[in-house]
Amino acid sequence: MNREHVDILIIGAGPAGLASAIAAREDGIESLLVLERESQPGGILRQCIHNGFGLHRFSEELTGPEYAQRDIDRARELKIPIECDTTVLSVSPDRVVTCISRENGLRQIEAGAVILAMGCRERPRGALCTPGTRCAGIYSAGTAQRFVNLEGFMPGQRVVILGSGDIGLIMARRMTLQGAKVLACVEIMPYSSGLNRNIVQCLQDYDIPLYLSHTVTDIKGRERLESVTVSRVDERRRPIPGTEMEFECDTLLLSVGLIPENELSEGAGVSISPATSGAVVSDSFETSVPGIFACGNVLHVHDLVDHVSSESFRAGHAAAAFVRSEKRESVFLFVQDGEGVRGTVPQKIQLPPAQDVTLMFRPSGVFRNASAVISCGGKELFRRKAMIFTPGEMASYTLKADSFAGLDGSEPLTVRIEKGAE
Amino acid sequence: MEQMITCINCPVGCRMKVTLNEAKEVVSVEGNTCPRGRKYAMQECTLPLRMITAVIPAEHSATPLSVKTAAPVPKHLIPQIMKQLRQLRVSAPVQMGQVILPDICGTGVNLIATRPLPADQ
Repeated sequence: MNREHVDILIIGAGPAGLASAIAAREDGIESLLVLERESQPGGILRQCIHNGFGLHRFSEELTGPEYAQRDIDRARELKIPIECDTTVLSVSPDRVVTCISRENGLRQIEAGAVILAMGCRERPRGALCTPGTRCAGIYSAGTAQRFVNLEGFMPGQRVVILGSGDIGLIMARRMTLQGAKVLACVEIMPYSSGLNRNIVQCLQDYDIPLYLSHTVTDIKGRERLESVTVSRVDERRRPIPGTEMEFECDTLLLSVGLIPENELSEGAGVSISPATSGAVVSDSFETSVPGIFACGNVLHVHDLVDHVSSESFRAGHAAAAFVRSEKRESVFLFVQDGEGVRGTVPQKIQLPPAQDVTLMFRPSGVFRNASAVISCGGKELFRRKAMIFTPGEMASYTLKADSFAGLDGSEPLTVRIEKGAE
Repeated sequence: MEQMITCINCPVGCRMKVTLNEAKEVVSVEGNTCPRGRKYAMQECTLPLRMITAVIPAEHSATPLSVKTAAPVPKHLIPQIMKQLRQLRVSAPVQMGQVILPDICGTGVNLIATRPLPADQ
């Protein structure tokens, strides 16, 4: 097998892959290639036909396909090659990418830098330990979204949704508008992780009840789903006997979380953070393996595509700097999660930072009138008050490069939420 | 008459109480913590508006066409609009932004394509 060579190879042509490719090209990288396993670029945005995307980046509300098209058009303008219907089989630690397609067969490509932009996937039924039969009619919400919006058919007519994440809420409205009856949205937590906007416009507008602190405790059906049992849970999330409700339905949609898709990353020897399930990265989005970068939902699951794009532009610029051998001192300041904070990205910052550093994290609970505080060895670098922090909304703060002056990496940077008076 | 409204502008999600007089005019808004909330509550109690997005089956394309209303439309018209959309068919190719149905249900708002849809080979 003859080996090809490219300066930067990008895996995935969703919003992360497209933005990183655009940034690298704009920095003058001539030799780059984007590989995409679907038949078209755009990633998950292709099936997200609802609007609300792009408010931060474009100051207008776009639908998913419209948002994706802007990046696709820009990539075409810049003549960025995107090879679709191509599946990457492996990435080696020395950046040899093995991929396969119907058109070109099996190929190996050596890359000066690799950008991982594979996105995430949905938690499946198997991860929930839900009891009951293995009948047809149980789908992840995103699978149902693909059926309805891209394939043009309805998975069922009487629907229960387990989980109140945004995809589940969006699908409650979508199925209703297409003529199905959505009987209930069931959430094990005492609060929804979805946006208020979606709770109002996807559930309340259509009188779909939201059962908080409830879960599915039985699934019945021989060939096709016939009914599900829903029970209230106690404060430790254990079902309470005697609270069972039966819903006759032919479809159960699961919207119970997203997991970054990191099999290729692990194969390349990239260290994975248990808090984000994505790669451990520096402020230039470089993973533990030199020359391999990660951005978008494969790095950590975002709520807004706007944030995916801005993060991925930075990753693309950093990969371009890497292939131009712009070496920097390798003194690292490590970042740790403090109270009320989970999964801060990046996990380490190169000192002194070449530019401003954006720290992103997820609050571990709901905190009202609290402050995000970033400090190092007793020195407070940043403080910002907010009326509310919720796990459903990622927090993102940018620190000026000069605010790291005087730090030598001997003590970690701590990000925490300081609770205010109720 | 009083109406309870949950604000959708940000994650705080203020619960607002809106008082209306007999002519359905807003007399007062309570519980909002910013001006955006007040504006939203007044709109929501007088003429709530929603964007509608959907897909339309397309001839010469296995993938349906995604569409949206070019502006928000009155919420009470959603069932009527959806009924009309379910009967609609388009023929590929379609340009992004192309008007698929003008002046939908007398709203003055056009239904437009949100993606380019090439004809299948």
